[in-house]
Amino acid sequence: MKQNIIDIAYVVSAIMFIYGLKRLQSPATARKGNQLAAMGMFVAVAATLFVQQILTPAQMLIGLVVGGGFGAYLAKRVEMTGMPELVAAFNGFGGAASALVAGAEIARFLAPNAADLMGGAVMGGVDAITISLSILIGMITFTGSFVAFGKLSGRISGNPIIFPGLRVITILFMLGAIASIVYMEMGAGDFSAAGFVGEPVVQAAIAIAVVGALLGILLVVPIGGADMPVVVALLNSYSGLAAAATGFVLDNTALIVSGALVGASGLILTNIMCEAMNRSLFNVLIGGFGGDSDSAGPAGTTSAEGLTVNSTTADDVAILLSYASKVIFVPGYGMAVAQAQHAVRELAEELAKKDVEVKFAVHPVAGRMPGHMNVLLAEANVPYDHLFEMDEINGEFETTDVAVVIGANDVVNPAARHDKASPIYGMPILDVDHAATSIVLKRSMRPGYAGIGNELFYNTNNQMLFGDAKDSITDVISEVKAL
Amino acid sequence: MLTNLIVFILASIIGSEVISKVPQTLHTPLMSGSNAISGITVVGALVVAGMVGDPWAMYIGMAALIFATTNVVGGFMVTDRMLQMFKKKE
Repeated sequence: MKQNIIDIAYVVSAIMFIYGLKRLQSPATARKGNQLAAMGMFVAVAATLFVQQILTPAQMLIGLVVGGGFGAYLAKRVEMTGMPELVAAFNGFGGAASALVAGAEIARFLAPNAADLMGGAVMGGVDAITISLSILIGMITFTGSFVAFGKLSGRISGNPIIFPGLRVITILFMLGAIASIVYMEMGAGDFSAAGFVGEPVVQAAIAIAVVGALLGILLVVPIGGADMPVVVALLNSYSGLAAAATGFVLDNTALIVSGALVGASGLILTNIMCEAMNRSLFNVLIGGFGGDSDSAGPAGTTSAEGLTVNSTTADDVAILLSYASKVIFVPGYGMAVAQAQHAVRELAEELAKKDVEVKFAVHPVAGRMPGHMNVLLAEANVPYDHLFEMDEINGEFETTDVAVVIGANDVVNPAARHDKASPIYGMPILDVDHAATSIVLKRSMRPGYAGIGNELFYNTNNQMLFGDAKDSITDVISEVKAL
Repeated sequence: MLTNLIVFILASIIGSEVISKVPQTLHTPLMSGSNAISGITVVGALVVAGMVGDPWAMYIGMAALIFATTNVVGGFMVTDRMLQMFKKKE
């Protein structure tokens, strides 16, 4: 009877998760959707706490309060620009939790009173596989996410870290993981060794955890900062798969369903990101592509072919924008770095007062996380119906007077369309060069993350406004107001 | 085991159907929100840590419980913070 109540509660919470996610299909219903999913979680936790025979409820409540308090503190404190690293960190926590639950499950099988606890079940071959996978995926998610966290928050260099033998070592560790899983498989069902740590299953579990942790690090260090949207989405998927694997371990439907939902979500996002860069997931994971933008390279205003760029000033830009009938802003990671989103919104409002039609064009991989620009602009109070996806807006550049590129680079490089030699050839881009005039806000002439020059800068109808994006926009705003 | 696999596959299909319709503008909240859902491991942590009385399971499970709750509470709260900023033109 009790088990039935719990099962029903889990199905109810799974349904709430699904409908919660469904409401994320529109910004108008999204907040309610998230709240519904949170309630689903509450139902699952409450059912487990009150209906299961929890022997130590006080300790459990302490655990919930400590974890909840810490999570709430992080969630309240974070700046919107710090969102990518926070999401990475939460991912890591989820992965660690999955690995630990699988580890605790081994301890349950090994407990002296295991026969009572597990209802007579013994650890079999299938259990060994699900437990190993849960630990492995969980640990990869854990350390991988924290390396991503380090890169996104600037604690580790955003440049790809590659050393000789990296691939060989990675493959060796993967083989080691398989060997450890086989070792656990052989140790399952036969618990005769003396002591907890002496058991082959426990040793295998520790080996899998260590190998998984190292693999997580090795898989993320070679990936450059600008490829982080893919990595964060992929780790998101892993955290779901880890939860689902734990569900298999515990024979728990709530975990399997939720884990599958999140796994699918992460994979879809990963896929969208890869398509938006015209690169395969394998190509991204091999790494070595692109570090932090604006961090290296020469800073000349003349290209190798002797082309020069047109440099402009804030008052010229202000005049150009004020007398335009249609302006499109193209934000990129540079806007996030410069924290220029509020200034950009103010400029957009000033222009709207002068009856200029203002739109925002957001490339899928702009920033360091899927949807990064959208969150920053939402924070700055830009209504979401002013933001347009690449496919929606690309046709409109033809009829646009001024396209203003703020800290974006490779996603507006026309070389992607025609230069077969370019590393970004084939990547879908925003057709900024089709606008009557394009203005690029940039700190210097240094190349973007792909380390390649941008053809757009040398176009005759392009003008560069050098300097910090926030300062430049602030100057333009005061000039616009003065007009 | 087989039932679990079927459940997993069906849930993956539903997930793909629902999530592929989420617009780009909500991809960050989608990630943080679904991430919070993956903190459902909290239920597993409660089961392994609470129902045993075995000290090892208890300690490891408690650690899992704290990690998972951080993930759940933090994830849902930060998603809510983001989503309340998404406004239409007034």
